[in-house]
Amino acid sequence: MFRQVASRLLTRPTTTYSAAASATTRRPFATEVVADTTSGDEAFVEAWKKVVPNIDPPKTPSQYMHPRPPTPSTLPTKLTVNFVLPYASELSKKEVDMVIVPATTGQMGILPGHVPTIAELKPGLLSVHEGNEIKKYFISSGFAFIHPNSYADILAVEAVPLDRVDPAQVQKGLSEFTQKLSSATTDLEKAEAQIGVDVHSALNFALTG
Amino acid sequence: MAMAALRREGRRFGPLVSSPSPINAIRSTLAPTEEQVGLGVRSISTQIVRNRMKSVKNIQKITKAMKMVAASKLRAIQVRAENSRGLWQPFTALLGDTPSVSVKKNVIVTISSDKGLCGGINSTSVKISRALYKVNAGPDTETKYVILGEKAKAQLIRDSKKDISLIMTELQKNFLNYTQVSVLADDILKNVEFDALRIVFNKFQSVVSFLPTTATVLSPEIVERESEAGGKIGSLDAYEIEGGETKSEVLQNLAEFQFSCVMFNAVLENACSEQGARMSAMDSSSRNAGDMLDRLTLTYNRTRQASITTELIEIISGASALTG
Repeated sequence: MFRQVASRLLTRPTTTYSAAASATTRRPFATEVVADTTSGDEAFVEAWKKVVPNIDPPKTPSQYMHPRPPTPSTLPTKLTVNFVLPYASELSKKEVDMVIVPATTGQMGILPGHVPTIAELKPGLLSVHEGNEIKKYFISSGFAFIHPNSYADILAVEAVPLDRVDPAQVQKGLSEFTQKLSSATTDLEKAEAQIGVDVHSALNFALTG
Repeated sequence: MAMAALRREGRRFGPLVSSPSPINAIRSTLAPTEEQVGLGVRSISTQIVRNRMKSVKNIQKITKAMKMVAASKLRAIQVRAENSRGLWQPFTALLGDTPSVSVKKNVIVTISSDKGLCGGINSTSVKISRALYKVNAGPDTETKYVILGEKAKAQLIRDSKKDISLIMTELQKNFLNYTQVSVLADDILKNVEFDALRIVFNKFQSVVSFLPTTATVLSPEIVERESEAGGKIGSLDAYEIEGGETKSEVLQNLAEFQFSCVMFNAVLENACSEQGARMSAMDSSSRNAGDMLDRLTLTYNRTRQASITTELIEIISGASALTG
Protein backbone atom coordinates (compact mmCIF):
# COMPACT_ATOMS: atom_id res chain seq x y z
CA MET A 1 0.00 0.00 0.00
CA PHE A 2 2.78 2.36 0.98
CA ARG A 3 4.62 1.58 -2.17
CA GLN A 4 1.64 2.64 -4.23
CA VAL A 5 1.34 5.85 -2.30
CA ALA A 6 5.04 6.39 -2.68
CA SER A 7 4.94 5.85 -6.42
CA ARG A 8 2.00 8.22 -6.69
CA LEU A 9 3.85 10.85 -4.77
CA LEU A 10 6.99 10.24 -6.72
CA THR A 11 5.36 10.79 -10.09
CA ARG A 12 5.35 14.52 -9.38
CA PRO A 13 7.93 16.02 -11.67
CA THR A 14 10.52 17.07 -9.16
CA THR A 15 14.05 16.74 -10.43
CA THR A 16 15.43 14.93 -7.42
CA TYR A 17 12.80 12.24 -7.36
CA SER A 18 12.31 11.67 -11.06
CA ALA A 19 15.07 9.06 -11.21
CA ALA A 20 13.52 7.05 -8.42
CA ALA A 21 10.07 7.41 -9.98
CA SER A 22 11.20 6.10 -13.31
CA ALA A 23 12.87 3.19 -11.52
CA THR A 24 9.63 2.22 -9.82
CA THR A 25 7.59 2.48 -12.98
CA ARG A 26 10.13 0.61 -15.02
CA ARG A 27 10.20 -2.40 -12.76
CA PRO A 28 7.37 -4.38 -14.40
CA PHE A 29 9.27 -4.46 -17.65
CA ALA A 30 12.53 -5.66 -16.20
CA THR A 31 13.63 -9.05 -17.46
CA GLU A 32 14.18 -10.47 -14.01
CA VAL A 33 11.16 -12.17 -12.50
CA VAL A 34 10.38 -10.36 -9.28
CA ALA A 35 7.96 -11.90 -6.84
CA ASP A 36 5.06 -9.56 -6.36
CA THR A 37 5.18 -8.87 -2.68
CA THR A 38 2.15 -6.64 -2.60
CA SER A 39 -0.76 -8.50 -4.11
CA GLY A 40 -0.43 -12.30 -4.00
CA ASP A 41 -3.16 -14.44 -5.49
CA GLU A 42 -5.30 -12.02 -7.48
CA ALA A 43 -8.47 -14.10 -7.64
CA PHE A 44 -8.31 -14.60 -3.91
CA VAL A 45 -7.77 -10.91 -3.18
CA GLU A 46 -10.65 -10.00 -5.45
CA ALA A 47 -13.02 -12.48 -3.83
CA TRP A 48 -11.90 -11.26 -0.44
CA LYS A 49 -12.46 -7.59 -1.27
CA LYS A 50 -15.95 -8.39 -2.48
CA VAL A 51 -17.01 -10.12 0.72
CA VAL A 52 -15.01 -8.32 3.39
CA PRO A 53 -13.99 -4.93 2.09
CA ASN A 54 -13.03 -3.51 5.47
CA ILE A 55 -10.29 -6.00 6.34
CA ASP A 56 -7.06 -6.30 4.38
CA PRO A 57 -6.70 -9.73 2.83
CA PRO A 58 -4.26 -11.98 4.69
CA LYS A 59 -0.87 -12.70 3.23
CA THR A 60 -0.20 -16.04 1.60
CA PRO A 61 3.02 -18.07 1.75
CA SER A 62 4.04 -17.26 -1.82
CA GLN A 63 4.43 -13.63 -0.82
CA TYR A 64 7.23 -14.59 1.53
CA MET A 65 9.05 -16.82 -0.92
CA HIS A 66 12.24 -15.83 -2.60
CA PRO A 67 11.53 -16.05 -6.32
CA ARG A 68 13.09 -18.98 -8.08
CA PRO A 69 14.59 -18.67 -11.52
CA PRO A 70 12.71 -19.99 -14.55
CA THR A 71 13.82 -23.17 -16.29
CA PRO A 72 16.96 -22.36 -18.25
CA SER A 73 17.16 -23.34 -21.90
CA THR A 74 20.66 -24.76 -21.60
CA LEU A 75 21.81 -27.42 -19.19
CA PRO A 76 23.11 -25.78 -16.01
CA THR A 77 26.44 -26.93 -14.64
CA LYS A 78 25.48 -26.81 -10.99
CA LEU A 79 22.64 -28.15 -8.92
CA THR A 80 21.10 -25.79 -6.38
CA VAL A 81 20.22 -27.66 -3.22
CA ASN A 82 18.00 -26.71 -0.31
CA PHE A 83 18.27 -29.23 2.48
CA VAL A 84 15.88 -28.39 5.31
CA LEU A 85 15.00 -29.87 8.67
CA PRO A 86 12.27 -28.71 11.03
CA TYR A 87 14.80 -27.00 13.27
CA ALA A 88 17.37 -25.81 10.78
CA SER A 89 18.20 -25.19 7.16
CA GLU A 90 21.27 -27.38 6.67
CA LEU A 91 21.93 -26.22 3.14
CA SER A 92 20.30 -23.19 1.64
CA LYS A 93 20.61 -22.48 -2.08
CA LYS A 94 23.96 -24.21 -2.14
CA GLU A 95 25.39 -24.95 -5.55
CA VAL A 96 26.80 -28.45 -5.74
CA ASP A 97 27.74 -30.99 -8.39
CA MET A 98 25.64 -33.92 -7.29
CA VAL A 99 23.56 -35.26 -4.44
CA ILE A 100 22.66 -38.86 -3.76
CA VAL A 101 19.41 -39.36 -1.88
CA PRO A 102 18.05 -42.54 -0.29
CA ALA A 103 14.76 -42.90 -2.17
CA THR A 104 12.44 -45.74 -1.24
CA THR A 105 13.21 -47.28 -4.63
CA GLY A 106 16.97 -47.19 -3.98
CA GLN A 107 19.80 -44.70 -3.84
CA MET A 108 19.17 -42.00 -6.40
CA GLY A 109 21.85 -39.72 -7.80
CA ILE A 110 20.76 -36.22 -8.81
CA LEU A 111 22.81 -34.25 -11.32
CA PRO A 112 22.04 -30.84 -12.80
CA GLY A 113 19.25 -31.09 -15.36
CA HIS A 114 17.62 -34.12 -13.73
CA VAL A 115 14.04 -34.90 -14.73
CA PRO A 116 11.55 -33.24 -12.37
CA THR A 117 10.84 -35.83 -9.71
CA ILE A 118 9.06 -36.26 -6.42
CA ALA A 119 10.76 -38.96 -4.35
CA GLU A 120 9.89 -40.38 -0.99
CA LEU A 121 12.93 -41.00 1.16
CA LYS A 122 13.70 -43.83 3.53
CA PRO A 123 16.24 -43.90 6.36
CA GLY A 124 19.62 -43.83 4.69
CA LEU A 125 22.63 -41.98 3.53
CA LEU A 126 22.42 -38.59 1.87
CA SER A 127 25.66 -37.46 0.29
CA VAL A 128 26.36 -34.05 -1.15
CA HIS A 129 29.19 -33.91 -3.69
CA GLU A 130 30.88 -30.61 -4.22
CA GLY A 131 34.09 -30.83 -6.22
CA ASN A 132 36.20 -33.36 -4.38
CA GLU A 133 34.43 -32.73 -1.13
CA ILE A 134 31.73 -35.16 -0.06
CA LYS A 135 29.46 -34.37 2.84
CA LYS A 136 27.51 -37.30 4.26
CA TYR A 137 24.38 -37.12 6.34
CA PHE A 138 22.20 -39.84 7.73
CA ILE A 139 18.56 -38.87 7.35
CA SER A 140 15.55 -40.52 8.95
CA SER A 141 12.89 -40.01 6.29
CA GLY A 142 11.32 -37.33 4.21
CA PHE A 143 10.83 -36.16 0.66
CA ALA A 144 12.98 -34.88 -2.15
CA PHE A 145 11.68 -32.65 -4.92
CA ILE A 146 13.68 -32.06 -8.04
CA HIS A 147 12.43 -29.10 -10.01
CA PRO A 148 12.97 -28.55 -13.73
CA ASN A 149 15.18 -25.52 -13.05
CA SER A 150 17.83 -27.75 -11.42
CA TYR A 151 16.68 -26.91 -7.93
CA ALA A 152 16.55 -29.82 -5.53
CA ASP A 153 14.63 -29.53 -2.27
CA ILE A 154 15.37 -32.19 0.28
CA LEU A 155 13.16 -32.31 3.36
CA ALA A 156 13.99 -34.57 6.23
CA VAL A 157 12.52 -34.99 9.67
CA GLU A 158 15.89 -35.62 11.26
CA ALA A 159 19.42 -35.64 9.94
CA VAL A 160 22.91 -35.92 11.39
CA PRO A 161 26.31 -35.69 9.78
CA LEU A 162 27.57 -39.24 9.54
CA ASP A 163 30.81 -38.58 11.41
CA ARG A 164 28.84 -37.77 14.54
CA VAL A 165 27.32 -41.23 14.74
CA ASP A 166 28.87 -43.67 17.19
CA PRO A 167 29.23 -47.13 15.56
CA ALA A 168 29.24 -48.94 18.91
CA GLN A 169 25.91 -47.38 19.87
CA VAL A 170 24.48 -48.37 16.50
CA GLN A 171 25.51 -51.99 16.99
CA LYS A 172 24.03 -51.96 20.48
CA GLY A 173 20.76 -50.42 19.29
CA LEU A 174 20.53 -52.88 16.44
CA SER A 175 20.86 -55.90 18.68
CA GLU A 176 18.42 -54.36 21.18
CA PHE A 177 15.75 -53.81 18.58
CA THR A 178 16.30 -57.22 17.01
CA GLN A 179 15.68 -58.73 20.40
CA LYS A 180 12.59 -56.59 20.87
CA LEU A 181 11.27 -57.64 17.48
CA SER A 182 11.53 -61.31 18.34
CA SER A 183 9.85 -60.83 21.71
CA ALA A 184 7.14 -58.41 20.52
CA THR A 185 3.59 -59.61 21.01
CA THR A 186 1.25 -56.84 19.88
CA ASP A 187 1.14 -55.30 16.43
CA LEU A 188 2.17 -51.90 17.77
CA GLU A 189 5.25 -53.30 19.52
CA LYS A 190 6.16 -55.22 16.42
CA ALA A 191 5.86 -52.15 14.22
CA GLU A 192 7.94 -50.06 16.63
CA ALA A 193 10.64 -52.70 16.81
CA GLN A 194 10.60 -53.09 13.02
CA ILE A 195 11.16 -49.36 12.58
CA GLY A 196 14.03 -49.52 15.07
CA VAL A 197 15.63 -52.43 13.25
CA ASP A 198 15.22 -50.73 9.86
CA VAL A 199 16.76 -47.46 11.03
CA HIS A 200 19.64 -49.12 12.81
CA SER A 201 20.47 -51.49 10.00
CA ALA A 202 20.39 -48.58 7.56
CA LEU A 203 22.71 -46.66 9.86
CA ASN A 204 24.96 -49.67 10.15
CA PHE A 205 25.02 -50.08 6.39
CA ALA A 206 25.79 -46.38 5.92
CA LEU A 207 28.68 -46.58 8.37
CA THR A 208 30.23 -49.77 7.04
CA GLY A 209 29.29 -49.67 3.36
CA MET B 1 0.69 -16.42 38.71
CA ALA B 2 1.63 -12.94 37.72
CA MET B 3 -1.30 -12.93 35.36
CA ALA B 4 -3.77 -13.92 38.02
CA ALA B 5 -2.47 -11.22 40.32
CA LEU B 6 -2.71 -8.71 37.55
CA ARG B 7 -6.22 -9.74 36.76
CA ARG B 8 -7.16 -9.35 40.40
CA GLU B 9 -5.67 -5.91 40.58
CA GLY B 10 -7.22 -5.03 37.29
CA ARG B 11 -10.65 -6.04 38.46
CA ARG B 12 -10.33 -3.91 41.53
CA PHE B 13 -9.34 -0.90 39.54
CA GLY B 14 -11.14 -1.81 36.40
CA PRO B 15 -13.00 1.47 36.01
CA LEU B 16 -9.80 3.36 36.51
CA VAL B 17 -7.89 1.49 33.85
CA SER B 18 -10.59 1.29 31.23
CA SER B 19 -11.69 4.89 31.52
CA PRO B 20 -10.83 6.90 28.43
CA SER B 21 -9.54 9.85 30.45
CA PRO B 22 -7.92 8.56 33.62
CA ILE B 23 -7.57 12.00 35.16
CA ASN B 24 -11.34 12.41 35.19
CA ALA B 25 -11.65 8.98 36.67
CA ILE B 26 -9.38 10.00 39.47
CA ARG B 27 -11.41 13.12 40.06
CA SER B 28 -14.70 11.30 39.98
CA THR B 29 -13.49 8.63 42.33
CA LEU B 30 -12.07 11.29 44.55
CA ALA B 31 -15.39 13.06 44.84
CA PRO B 32 -17.00 10.41 47.04
CA THR B 33 -13.88 10.58 49.22
CA GLU B 34 -14.69 14.11 50.06
CA GLU B 35 -18.24 13.13 50.81
CA GLN B 36 -17.06 10.35 53.04
CA VAL B 37 -15.22 12.86 55.15
CA GLY B 38 -17.69 13.80 57.86
CA LEU B 39 -18.87 17.34 58.41
CA GLY B 40 -16.93 17.86 61.59
CA VAL B 41 -13.65 16.47 60.28
CA ARG B 42 -11.28 19.18 59.24
CA SER B 43 -8.54 17.56 57.17
CA ILE B 44 -8.97 15.72 53.88
CA SER B 45 -7.76 12.11 54.06
CA THR B 46 -4.98 11.20 51.62
CA GLN B 47 -5.26 7.53 52.48
CA ILE B 48 -7.29 6.56 49.42
CA VAL B 49 -4.99 8.21 46.92
CA ARG B 50 -2.04 6.61 48.69
CA ASN B 51 -3.64 3.19 48.39
CA ARG B 52 -4.29 3.68 44.73
CA MET B 53 -0.75 4.78 44.13
CA LYS B 54 0.49 1.66 45.82
CA SER B 55 -1.64 -0.59 43.66
CA VAL B 56 -0.71 1.20 40.45
CA LYS B 57 2.91 0.74 41.43
CA ASN B 58 2.27 -2.96 41.94
CA ILE B 59 0.59 -3.28 38.57
CA GLN B 60 3.54 -1.56 37.00
CA LYS B 61 5.90 -4.00 38.64
CA ILE B 62 3.91 -6.94 37.35
CA THR B 63 3.67 -5.63 33.81
CA LYS B 64 7.38 -4.90 33.80
CA ALA B 65 8.13 -8.43 34.95
CA MET B 66 5.80 -9.86 32.31
CA LYS B 67 7.56 -7.82 29.67
CA MET B 68 10.89 -9.25 30.76
CA VAL B 69 9.52 -12.78 30.69
CA ALA B 70 8.01 -12.26 27.25
CA ALA B 71 11.27 -10.80 25.97
CA SER B 72 13.31 -13.78 27.09
CA LYS B 73 10.78 -16.25 25.74
CA LEU B 74 10.66 -14.35 22.47
CA ARG B 75 14.39 -14.60 22.01
CA ALA B 76 14.30 -18.37 22.40
CA ILE B 77 11.36 -18.92 20.10
CA GLN B 78 12.35 -16.41 17.45
CA VAL B 79 15.43 -18.42 16.54
CA ARG B 80 13.35 -21.56 16.19
CA ALA B 81 10.67 -19.84 14.13
CA GLU B 82 13.27 -18.42 11.77
CA ASN B 83 14.95 -21.78 11.44
CA SER B 84 11.67 -23.46 10.57
CA ARG B 85 10.99 -21.06 7.71
CA GLY B 86 12.83 -23.22 5.22
CA LEU B 87 10.46 -26.09 5.84
CA TRP B 88 7.37 -24.96 3.96
CA GLN B 89 9.12 -23.32 1.03
CA PRO B 90 9.73 -26.48 -1.01
CA PHE B 91 6.01 -27.27 -0.83
CA THR B 92 5.05 -23.84 -2.07
CA ALA B 93 7.59 -24.21 -4.86
CA LEU B 94 6.16 -27.59 -5.83
CA LEU B 95 2.43 -27.31 -5.21
CA GLY B 96 2.05 -23.57 -5.54
CA ASP B 97 -0.03 -21.31 -3.40
CA THR B 98 -3.74 -21.75 -3.90
CA PRO B 99 -5.84 -19.64 -1.56
CA SER B 100 -8.45 -19.11 -4.27
CA VAL B 101 -9.18 -22.79 -4.92
CA SER B 102 -12.88 -23.57 -4.60
CA VAL B 103 -13.70 -26.90 -3.02
CA LYS B 104 -16.63 -28.44 -1.21
CA LYS B 105 -15.22 -29.11 2.23
CA ASN B 106 -13.20 -26.26 3.61
CA VAL B 107 -11.57 -26.52 7.00
CA ILE B 108 -10.23 -23.37 8.60
CA VAL B 109 -7.49 -24.08 11.10
CA THR B 110 -7.31 -21.07 13.40
CA ILE B 111 -4.15 -20.83 15.42
CA SER B 112 -4.25 -18.67 18.51
CA SER B 113 -2.65 -18.49 21.93
CA ASP B 114 -3.80 -19.97 25.21
CA LYS B 115 -3.09 -16.92 27.26
CA GLY B 116 -4.27 -13.38 26.84
CA LEU B 117 -2.65 -10.01 27.43
CA CYS B 118 -0.94 -10.15 24.10
CA GLY B 119 -2.47 -7.33 22.11
CA GLY B 120 -4.63 -8.09 19.11
CA ILE B 121 -3.12 -11.22 17.65
CA ASN B 122 -5.92 -13.55 18.68
CA SER B 123 -8.73 -11.31 17.58
CA THR B 124 -6.90 -10.75 14.31
CA SER B 125 -6.71 -14.44 13.54
CA VAL B 126 -10.35 -14.89 14.56
CA LYS B 127 -11.39 -12.00 12.34
CA ILE B 128 -9.47 -13.40 9.41
CA SER B 129 -10.97 -16.85 10.00
CA ARG B 130 -14.50 -15.46 10.06
CA ALA B 131 -13.83 -13.54 6.88
CA LEU B 132 -12.38 -16.66 5.23
CA TYR B 133 -15.52 -18.49 6.25
CA LYS B 134 -17.58 -15.85 4.49
CA VAL B 135 -15.36 -15.85 1.42
CA ASN B 136 -15.72 -19.60 1.03
CA ALA B 137 -19.41 -19.75 1.86
CA GLY B 138 -21.63 -21.00 -0.92
CA PRO B 139 -24.74 -23.07 -1.51
CA ASP B 140 -22.97 -26.41 -1.91
CA THR B 141 -19.90 -25.82 0.21
CA GLU B 142 -19.37 -26.64 3.82
CA THR B 143 -16.89 -24.90 6.06
CA LYS B 144 -15.71 -26.05 9.46
CA TYR B 145 -13.36 -24.65 12.04
CA VAL B 146 -10.51 -26.42 13.78
CA ILE B 147 -9.33 -24.31 16.67
CA LEU B 148 -5.95 -24.33 18.34
CA GLY B 149 -5.69 -22.30 21.49
CA GLU B 150 -7.98 -21.15 24.25
CA LYS B 151 -8.48 -17.58 23.05
CA ALA B 152 -9.86 -18.29 19.58
CA LYS B 153 -12.09 -20.92 21.13
CA ALA B 154 -13.60 -18.37 23.51
CA GLN B 155 -14.33 -16.00 20.65
CA LEU B 156 -15.55 -18.45 18.03
CA ILE B 157 -17.65 -20.66 20.28
CA ARG B 158 -20.09 -17.81 20.84
CA ASP B 159 -21.49 -17.49 17.34
CA SER B 160 -20.25 -20.47 15.33
CA LYS B 161 -20.45 -23.32 17.75
CA LYS B 162 -22.10 -25.65 15.24
CA ASP B 163 -19.29 -25.21 12.74
CA ILE B 164 -16.48 -26.14 15.08
CA SER B 165 -15.32 -29.67 14.51
CA LEU B 166 -12.22 -29.85 16.68
CA ILE B 167 -10.71 -27.82 19.50
CA MET B 168 -7.19 -28.24 20.80
CA THR B 169 -5.80 -26.22 23.65
CA GLU B 170 -2.74 -26.04 25.88
CA LEU B 171 -0.46 -26.25 22.92
CA GLN B 172 2.44 -24.49 24.55
CA LYS B 173 2.35 -26.35 27.81
CA ASN B 174 5.02 -28.63 26.47
CA PHE B 175 8.00 -27.59 24.45
CA LEU B 176 6.91 -27.06 20.86
CA ASN B 177 8.72 -29.48 18.63
CA TYR B 178 8.10 -31.17 15.34
CA THR B 179 6.99 -34.45 16.90
CA GLN B 180 4.34 -32.76 18.98
CA VAL B 181 3.04 -30.74 16.08
CA SER B 182 2.92 -33.74 13.79
CA VAL B 183 0.86 -35.61 16.38
CA LEU B 184 -1.52 -32.65 16.39
CA ALA B 185 -1.60 -32.60 12.61
CA ASP B 186 -2.27 -36.31 12.59
CA ASP B 187 -5.20 -35.81 14.96
CA ILE B 188 -6.67 -33.21 12.66
CA LEU B 189 -6.16 -35.36 9.57
CA LYS B 190 -7.82 -38.33 11.21
CA ASN B 191 -10.82 -36.56 12.69
CA VAL B 192 -11.71 -33.98 10.10
CA GLU B 193 -12.82 -34.52 6.54
CA PHE B 194 -11.43 -31.90 4.24
CA ASP B 195 -10.76 -30.90 0.68
CA ALA B 196 -8.74 -27.87 1.61
CA LEU B 197 -7.21 -26.88 4.91
CA ARG B 198 -6.76 -23.18 5.37
CA ILE B 199 -4.38 -22.41 8.18
CA VAL B 200 -4.71 -18.96 9.70
CA PHE B 201 -1.87 -17.65 11.80
CA ASN B 202 0.15 -14.55 12.54
CA LYS B 203 3.52 -14.52 10.92
CA PHE B 204 6.19 -12.87 12.97
CA GLN B 205 7.81 -9.90 11.30
CA SER B 206 9.18 -7.86 14.15
CA VAL B 207 8.38 -7.32 17.81
CA VAL B 208 5.76 -4.74 17.00
CA SER B 209 4.37 -6.13 13.77
CA PHE B 210 2.94 -9.43 12.69
CA LEU B 211 1.26 -10.35 9.43
CA PRO B 212 -1.99 -12.29 9.39
CA THR B 213 -1.39 -15.11 6.95
CA THR B 214 -3.33 -17.97 5.46
CA ALA B 215 -1.63 -21.06 4.10
CA THR B 216 -3.59 -23.57 2.05
CA VAL B 217 -3.08 -27.32 2.09
CA LEU B 218 -5.07 -29.36 -0.40
CA SER B 219 -6.15 -32.93 -0.03
CA PRO B 220 -4.49 -35.44 -2.41
CA GLU B 221 -7.66 -35.80 -4.50
CA ILE B 222 -7.89 -32.07 -5.02
CA VAL B 223 -4.20 -31.87 -5.85
CA GLU B 224 -4.73 -34.49 -8.53
CA ARG B 225 -7.85 -32.76 -9.83
CA GLU B 226 -6.18 -29.37 -9.96
CA SER B 227 -3.02 -30.66 -11.59
CA GLU B 228 -5.08 -32.37 -14.27
CA ALA B 229 -7.13 -29.23 -14.81
CA GLY B 230 -3.95 -27.22 -15.26
CA GLY B 231 -3.80 -23.79 -13.69
CA LYS B 232 -1.53 -23.01 -10.83
CA ILE B 233 -0.31 -26.49 -9.99
CA GLY B 234 -0.61 -27.79 -13.52
CA SER B 235 3.15 -28.31 -13.68
CA LEU B 236 2.85 -31.12 -11.15
CA ASP B 237 2.02 -33.49 -13.99
CA ALA B 238 5.51 -33.03 -15.37
CA TYR B 239 7.04 -34.57 -12.25
CA GLU B 240 8.01 -38.19 -12.10
CA ILE B 241 6.98 -39.89 -8.91
CA GLU B 242 9.36 -42.30 -7.21
CA GLY B 243 8.41 -44.60 -4.39
CA GLY B 244 5.07 -45.93 -3.26
CA GLU B 245 2.76 -48.22 -5.16
CA THR B 246 0.66 -45.61 -6.87
CA LYS B 247 0.74 -41.92 -7.52
CA SER B 248 -2.16 -41.26 -5.19
CA GLU B 249 -0.38 -43.00 -2.34
CA VAL B 250 2.64 -40.76 -2.71
CA LEU B 251 0.40 -37.71 -3.00
CA GLN B 252 -1.36 -38.76 0.18
CA ASN B 253 1.94 -38.99 2.04
CA LEU B 254 3.02 -35.74 0.51
CA ALA B 255 -0.13 -33.91 1.60
CA GLU B 256 0.18 -35.22 5.14
CA PHE B 257 3.82 -34.27 5.34
CA GLN B 258 3.03 -30.87 3.89
CA PHE B 259 0.34 -30.26 6.46
CA SER B 260 2.59 -31.16 9.37
CA CYS B 261 5.41 -28.99 8.04
CA VAL B 262 3.18 -26.00 7.37
CA MET B 263 1.53 -26.44 10.77
CA PHE B 264 4.88 -26.62 12.49
CA ASN B 265 5.99 -23.36 11.00
CA ALA B 266 2.60 -21.74 11.61
CA VAL B 267 2.50 -22.73 15.26
CA LEU B 268 6.01 -21.44 15.85
CA GLU B 269 5.37 -18.19 14.01
CA ASN B 270 2.21 -17.65 15.98
CA ALA B 271 3.90 -18.37 19.30
CA CYS B 272 6.62 -15.95 18.32
CA SER B 273 4.13 -13.23 17.38
CA GLU B 274 2.34 -13.86 20.66
CA GLN B 275 5.44 -13.19 22.71
CA GLY B 276 6.29 -10.16 20.63
CA ALA B 277 2.79 -8.76 20.97
CA ARG B 278 2.78 -9.47 24.68
CA MET B 279 6.08 -7.72 25.05
CA SER B 280 4.87 -4.57 23.35
CA ALA B 281 1.50 -4.69 25.16
CA MET B 282 3.21 -5.00 28.52
CA ASP B 283 5.66 -2.28 27.62
CA SER B 284 2.87 0.15 26.82
CA SER B 285 0.93 -0.81 29.93
CA SER B 286 3.97 -0.22 32.16
CA ARG B 287 4.36 3.14 30.54
CA ASN B 288 0.69 3.84 31.07
CA ALA B 289 0.96 2.86 34.71
CA GLY B 290 3.87 5.27 35.04
CA ASP B 291 1.78 8.09 33.59
CA MET B 292 -1.06 7.26 35.90
CA LEU B 293 1.30 7.23 38.85
CA ASP B 294 2.54 10.69 37.91
CA ARG B 295 -0.97 12.05 37.81
CA LEU B 296 -1.86 10.40 41.11
CA THR B 297 1.27 11.81 42.73
CA LEU B 298 0.24 15.24 41.55
CA THR B 299 -3.24 14.84 43.02
CA TYR B 300 -1.78 13.48 46.22
CA ASN B 301 0.64 16.37 46.65
CA ARG B 302 -2.02 18.91 45.83
CA THR B 303 -4.36 17.46 48.44
CA ARG B 304 -1.60 17.31 51.00
CA GLN B 305 -0.61 20.87 50.32
CA ALA B 306 -4.23 22.05 50.53
CA SER B 307 -4.62 20.47 53.93
CA ILE B 308 -1.38 22.06 55.14
CA THR B 309 -2.55 25.44 53.89
CA THR B 310 -5.87 25.01 55.66
CA GLU B 311 -4.12 24.15 58.89
CA LEU B 312 -1.79 27.13 58.58
CA ILE B 313 -4.70 29.49 57.96
CA GLU B 314 -6.44 28.11 61.00
CA ILE B 315 -3.41 28.54 63.20
CA ILE B 316 -2.65 32.02 61.96
CA SER B 317 -6.22 33.21 62.18
CA GLY B 318 -6.51 31.73 65.68
CA ALA B 319 -3.33 33.51 66.74
CA SER B 320 -4.41 36.79 65.23
CA ALA B 321 -7.79 36.49 66.94
CA LEU B 322 -6.00 36.16 70.28
CA THR B 323 -3.69 39.11 69.74
CA GLY B 324 -6.37 41.31 68.20
